[in-house]
This record gives sequence, structure tokens and C-alpha cells, in this order.
Amino acid sequence: MLDMTTKDVKVREALRVNPCKTCQPVGAMYAALGVAKCMPHSHGSQGCCSYHRTVLSRHFKEPAIASSSSFTEGASVFGGKSNLSTSAKNIFDMYNPDVIAVHTTCLSETIGDDLSSFIMDLELPDGKLVVHTNTPSYVGSHINGFFNMMIGFMNYLTKKTGTPTGKTAVFPGWVNPGDIRELKRIAAQMNVPAVFFPDQSGVLDAPMTGRYEFYPEGGTTLDEIRTLGDSDGLIALGEIIGVEPAEALNKKCKVPYTLLPLPVGVAYTDQYVLALRKQSRTEVPAALEEERGRLVDLMLDSSQYTSGKKVAIFGDPDIVIGLTSLALEMGMVPKYVITGTPKEEFTRKVTELFEKYGATDCKAKASADLFELHQWIKNEPVDLLIGSTYGKQIARAEDIPFIRAGFPVLDRYGGPLLPVVGYNGGVLLVEKIVGALLDKFDRTCAEEDFEIVL
Amino acid sequence: MSGNERELLETLVKRVANGPSGTHIKDKLLDNYSAKVYKNRKEHVIQLEEGVENQSIAANTRTIPGIMTARGCCYAGCKGVVVGPLKDVCVITHGPIGCGFYSWGTRRNRAKPDEHTDKNFVTYCFSTDMQEPDIVFGGEKKLEKAIEEAMELFSPKCIMICSTCPVGLIGDDVQAVARRTEEKYGIKAIGYSCEGYKGVSQSGGHHIANNGLMRYVIGTGDKKPKTKFSVNVLGEYNIGGDGWEEVRILKRCGIEVLNLFTGDASVESLKSAHLAHLNLVMCHRSINYIAEMMKTKYGLDWLKVNFIGVEATCKTLREIAKYFNDPALTKKVEEVIADETAAIKDDMDHYRAKLTGKTAGIFSGGSRSHHYQALLRDLGMKTVIAGYEFAHRDDYEGRDVIPTIKEDADNKNIESITVKPDEKLYHERYTAQQIADLKSGEEGIELDTYDGMIPEMCAGDVVVDDYNHFETDALIKTVKPDIFLSGIKDKHSIQKAGVSSRQIHSYDYSGPYSGFRGAVIFARDVAMAIYTNAWQLVTPPWKHEPMLTGKIAEEGKNA
Repeated sequence: MLDMTTKDVKVREALRVNPCKTCQPVGAMYAALGVAKCMPHSHGSQGCCSYHRTVLSRHFKEPAIASSSSFTEGASVFGGKSNLSTSAKNIFDMYNPDVIAVHTTCLSETIGDDLSSFIMDLELPDGKLVVHTNTPSYVGSHINGFFNMMIGFMNYLTKKTGTPTGKTAVFPGWVNPGDIRELKRIAAQMNVPAVFFPDQSGVLDAPMTGRYEFYPEGGTTLDEIRTLGDSDGLIALGEIIGVEPAEALNKKCKVPYTLLPLPVGVAYTDQYVLALRKQSRTEVPAALEEERGRLVDLMLDSSQYTSGKKVAIFGDPDIVIGLTSLALEMGMVPKYVITGTPKEEFTRKVTELFEKYGATDCKAKASADLFELHQWIKNEPVDLLIGSTYGKQIARAEDIPFIRAGFPVLDRYGGPLLPVVGYNGGVLLVEKIVGALLDKFDRTCAEEDFEIVL
Repeated sequence: MSGNERELLETLVKRVANGPSGTHIKDKLLDNYSAKVYKNRKEHVIQLEEGVENQSIAANTRTIPGIMTARGCCYAGCKGVVVGPLKDVCVITHGPIGCGFYSWGTRRNRAKPDEHTDKNFVTYCFSTDMQEPDIVFGGEKKLEKAIEEAMELFSPKCIMICSTCPVGLIGDDVQAVARRTEEKYGIKAIGYSCEGYKGVSQSGGHHIANNGLMRYVIGTGDKKPKTKFSVNVLGEYNIGGDGWEEVRILKRCGIEVLNLFTGDASVESLKSAHLAHLNLVMCHRSINYIAEMMKTKYGLDWLKVNFIGVEATCKTLREIAKYFNDPALTKKVEEVIADETAAIKDDMDHYRAKLTGKTAGIFSGGSRSHHYQALLRDLGMKTVIAGYEFAHRDDYEGRDVIPTIKEDADNKNIESITVKPDEKLYHERYTAQQIADLKSGEEGIELDTYDGMIPEMCAGDVVVDDYNHFETDALIKTVKPDIFLSGIKDKHSIQKAGVSSRQIHSYDYSGPYSGFRGAVIFARDVAMAIYTNAWQLVTPPWKHEPMLTGKIAEEGKNA
């Protein structure tokens, strides 16, 4: 496995090997799937749409709907205006969504299609909408696509009317449906009426009923997006993915926001709970405090097996920052922490965490790839690897216990239903981490060192 | 097939032809379309009619925007299908990161290093990860730098460059970069202009990849076969190890497999592919260009084979034997068939008993919807819906229609290269008359031609070209087959509708499904999909049982 990867790290300026990111449009598609009765639409050639639906279906093990402008060479030369208008007509005729959320691709961006004017010229059925965002694949990563689509929706729909909704807006960032359910549950426990945007719960974890629903029950409604401007404040989760949509809403509607790290682990979940307490001005209920206590108890109980253990964490910036914080809480050494997304803010945040816990000799890097991470590991090994499915190659090559978290996880089932966020998500993660470390010990230790009780 | 089974099949055919409510399925499918879409789609959806021969279908034309097609793009056909599996090649995707990322390890073209290759690149993803300045100022420099870095890190013997959409638009010349790479490093380098927007589907990408392999790889080696019965298996991508099962069977028969194209293949080995004695063609759609060009250039015949299905595999082996016309080989083939079919008989009988009378739908890329009908027949099952993403009319109707296919602007954009007989290497095994004889009659073999899928289907069956979500959904509701074999984009919606679904592109990570042993694995998987216990749990008990039991309380009193 990965036999050609050597220890010899060379500076690369042009060749990306085994990437730790993908392109913007899939993020836009995922965000749009978190809007009720929305058809995500890929304005480019068919392959993009096919690839994005495929990766989403493989991660969630669910249908992921989206349509394409199906560019041919002609459209690439003359522009994709008629492709878009034909698409809009057919989509409303055949699939009848409330809204079509168009994102661009590197193709339509390179030829300079002006989506705003194309959409203005569309003849739409009554009450139907088309929104768009620009998602050039050659800028940023899928993370940009996700927040750009959120901003696209707000640009088209959100207005401040001056009549408060009495609800707090929460931007959960790029998380799984299981995470959104947990974040909502905590908000409810904290007595905070909240609107989550986007919200893929219900959509990408739809129950089996024997009836296929093209638009499963779920998703942020268009009315909820329209009234985000009248929210009673905004909690944006994920400092990297959340900042731009939070700024956009603040700029457009003067909604004050609290930008927080993704609530993974104790400290970051505490921050979420504190922010909710500020919204509802109610005390933290005993039940929630008990959840917290159980997680801390678990960390203390198992700390002898995690303290000082070296871990490499890779993936999308916000979940990686969260996982790094959790690893440090568990006394682990986050030896290598990388994201493929080109955001230097990531490196700063992770370095701050290193400093906070006095972790030395640890590396954080944005715009990195898995080939480089593997080379680092070859030079100085780690005890555990945490990240997306693609880490399994490294885990096998180097015989490292491996935990799947983040996007995409293509080779396991049930993950998207379970949270990594909140105290309960923390419990699930600690259980997995300790289990993975001890499974390896049980499998590889000398027979005389084998323990029944640990 | 027993009389009973035949009767059952005929009943099924009638049931499907009439539809559950007596209406024609084709009309049901198309009824809800607008006039414009209807006009287009009615040519792509046909229901086979009793006594009508040569029913025609429209194919390989532009997809209607917005329709939710299953199709992918030209890059996916070139890099993802044909070029990606080459294990000794450093395939660099030139473009923004997505295309390389999505095609990284996601197709199950299994490969292991062999005597031709010391390196296996298939677990890696290489991309130039183009950024905005590369789009604005051109990406050739970055591509050349990436090649330099790849040489330094991996020193591959061959580099292939696959272009993504922006590359052609900004005018990067990947062929020129490939030529410079060859000069600078003394290795083989091939540039493919397989931008996603070219053609109408993956099919254009297959053709472009075929052209590149024909131009620059095949015919450049001189490694002779070791035996007098050597073959290449074209259009075998070794999904789930299918190719390895075929190699196992052919080897038992005394037939040497020089190359699988391109599953588990290496450029090093493909170079000498022209020295084979016969080409076998599995996936007609993706590789018929090479088969045809090798016939023209080297005189090498090709035989359309099908290793999917027990009967089909037996037929294929007998046709190969017939082609080589060697008594010892023919005898050996019969021995192998007897031995292999005996070994799987009990298993096949077991699964046939569970599956006889079940119906299936298949939507695949470009040949499997035909191949798998044979295997389903072995199991007593009937395929009532079959469709392709990117097939051409010849895949449906047979190659005889090729001269009548009209080229449109989209097809013309895909280069079609012509080759001439090679002065030194052209060698015909048989004269034209001998070939005609081999092909003629009841026992004639499918040599240098392909008769297509439709002739093997029955009246009432529905054939859909460039299938989309809308039609798939309607078919599932109308026909309610017992199992639907399709891709990941459909799988979960089909299953949510209560119909078993398995991926026929990836085999849902199972396989091999080819040959004799593969047939048993497929049978097991289909039976598992249909009978898995969780299907019984879909409806909660409280939907059937009343909430209240016992006596209803009298008014004013507690029960």
C-alpha cells in the first residue's frame, strides 16, 4: 500500500498527491440539500454533477439529488444561458422544487457565464425561485463552496423587516445530520428557539418507509431563510466555514453573531452552551451538566491509555480544529494536524491550541495533502490517525489504528447518524479512540503482556 | 429451461407488456413530460413489440439539461474508465482538484504488480490542483513543474495527462507538454484532451483514450506470446476481480491472456498487445475502437464475448475454441466446462430455486445491461427493463446499423483516427471467406461484429437510453421489479421505494461476478438483496395492529 511514498520530503510547488480537499461545487450542493424542497443545480458539464452526487451518496448512503446544465462543447463556446433556462423549465416541470440553487463550475466560471443576469431573464412558475452562487473550483476548497451557497441563499432571500422572529439563527457548518440533531437537542435543552441553516437532518438521513420521497421531510425552509435577518442573534459554528456567512448576514441585516469553533470536545461544547445561555438567559439544566460530567469522567477514567499518545488528524478545517481540541483534552499529542483547504487561519487556530496545552513539537499545516502527511509519519510515527476514509491507505501502510471522522467517509455505515459534536458526541469519540488504541495493543502485544482487564 | 419456467417467463412478459393497469408502460413513462421533452425522449425509450424486428432507438445524443441524467463526462470516460486502471502509469489530472479527487480509488479496477511493473500507481491521486492564476495566465508551466516533481519523486516510466474542462478553454496544449516530457526525460508521455464538456457522455472519453493507446502504445513492443492461443480481453476493467476469474478459466483451457484492457493492465504489457492471436471484447462500448483499429492495422480478429453468466461463459469458450479450430483445445475447453459447471451446480441450483420467476431491471453504462441478462437467465430471472447511460445505437441494435448512424456536431468533436495495415506486422489468420463461414449459420460466432442487446430481449421489455431519475422512479413504481441493478446515484432511491437494488458498476464492493465462480457470487448477492431479513421490518407493527385491545370502556368509567 502506497509503496512509492518515501521518507524523503521534497518541496512541491505544483504536484498535488493524494489531496485532502475537493472542489467548491460539492460544498454548494451539500449546503443546498439542507434547504427544504430545493434542487441543487450544477451549471457546467455533466461529470461534475455526477461526481458530486456520487460522493454524497457514498458518504450518506442516501439519495443525493441534483441536476446539471449538461454543457456540450457548443455551450462552452457560446455560453450556458440557454442550458440554464432549459434546465429551469425542465426541473420545475419534472421535479417541482420550491427553489433551484444553482452553483457554477470551473467550466462556467472560466467562460464567464453571468448567472445573475441569466437568472433575471428566466421565466419562472408562480411562487418558484432560482438562487445562485459562484463556486469556481480553482479557488479554495469544498468548504468555500458550502459557505458560498449559504451566502447565495441569503443574498437572494434574506431581508430585515424589523419584526423579530424571536429565534436564534445557528449556522452548524459542514457537519453530518447526526450532528445537527445533537446541536438542535442541546439548543432545545437550553431553551433557545433556533433556526438551523442549512439543515440536512431528515434529508440525508431519511427513514426507510417503503416510499421514496424526492424531497424528504427536512431542510431549512425558504421562509426561515427569508427571516434570518430578523433573528435574535446568530451563533456560527466553525471558525473557518462560519465567518463569511456570519459576516454576510451581519452586513446585510445587522444581525450580531458569535463565531465559535465547532463544538467537539468539552471546552468547545462549553462555548456553544454558554452562547446559548446568553441567548435564553436560562441556567444550564442539570441534565446537560450531567452529560458534560459523564464525558469528563470518561476522559479521566481512560486517560492513562490516551495520555502522551501521538495522533495525526486531517480533514476539513473546523472538524480538525475540534478534534485537535478533544485530543488535547484527552492528554494526547496532536503530532500532525493538517487540512487541504487553503486557509492560513487554520494553522493559527491549531497553533494556538498547541500553545494553550503546551504541546511542543507538533505541526499544523493548511494546503497540505495526505502524501505529505504520510511522509511525516514515516519520519516520526504516530499512535493514531483520525480523518476521512482516505486515511485508511496510510493506516494500512503504517499499521496505525484509524478512526474515521469528517468528510468523506465512504467505507463505513452509520457514521452520519452519530454526532461528533456536543458532550454525547465526545463520549462516542472517546470510546472509539480508546477502543482503537487498545484493540491494537490487544492484537499486537506479547502474549505474556495480554490483559483481560484494562 | 423447463416447460414450467418458460410458461412463467411468458406470463411475466405479458404482465410487463400490459402494465399493471393495462396501459402501455412507455406511455406511462413519457406522459408527464412537456411537449418538448416528450419529443426528445420518445426516441430514447422503446417498448419491444411482438413481431417487430429491428426496432430502433435514439442514442449517443445530447442530454436534455436539467433532466437529472445519470451520465458523467468525457474526462470520466478517459481517465476514470480507460486510462486510470493502468497500474504502471502516473496519471496526472490537469485541472482544479475535484476531478482528480473524485476519480481516486473510487472505481474498482483491481490491480497488482506483475513481471511488467515494479510500481503500482493505482492507489495514488495526482493533480495539478490548478488555482486562479493558472486559469488566468495558463497552466502549462504548472503542469510541466508537476511532471518534474513527479519524475523526482516517483520516476515513472510513463506519464499520462488527463485534461479537465478549463484546460481546453484556456488553451493549454497537453500534447505538446507530453512531447516535451518525452524528450526531456526519455519516458513515454501521452496527453489526452478529454475535457468534460466534449461529446455527450463518458463515451467520448473512451474514444479519446482508445486513440491515445492505439497511437502511442499498442504496437511499440515486441514481447511475443508464449503459446499459440493467446488473447487480449478488451473492455475488461477487472472490477471486483472479474478479469482474474476470466484469466483463471482461460488459463485452464490452455489460452494465454496477454492483457486485460485495461483492468490490472500495464503500458509495458499493452505495447505488445498486437502480437496476440485474437482479441476478445467484453465492454463493446468503451473499447470497440481499439478492436476495430487492431483489425485494420494488424489483421487481428476480435470476438465479442460474454463472461457474465454460466451459459454465456460456456458459449464464449466454445466460440474461442471454434475460432482457433484446434482439436486439442476444443477437447480441453469441453473438459473445463464440464468440470467448472459441475463444481458450481449445487450452488447454482440452490439460488435458482430461490430466484426463479423474479424480475430485474438493469441500468448500466454501456455493455453490462446486455451481459447480465444472461446471468439472470441462468438464475431463472427475467430482465424486463434495460438501459444504458452512454451506449450508442450499435450497442442496442448491433453493428449493422453503424453505416446508418448520422453524425451530429457533438460526435464530430470527438476525434476519430484511421489506421492503415502495418507493412510489417499485418497478418490475417483467416481469409474473408473463412471468416464469413465462421460467422454463418446457427453455430456461427460473433466474429468482428456485435449483434447488440435488443435482439436478446423479448416483446414487452422496456429499453431506455440515457436514463434519468424521473424515468427510473416511474419505472420502479410501474413495473416493480424484484431487483434493480444500477449505480450509486439511483441505488438508495430505488431501495427507499421498497425495491432491492445492487450497484452493477461497482458490484457493491463484492465480486467477481464473471465466469463460473463469479456467477455463484452474483447469485448469492442477488438472493441476499431480495431476501435480507431487514425487508420484513420496514413497516412497524403498529401500522397493522389496533392501538386498543380488549373491551371498550363504558362512558364515564375507566377501562
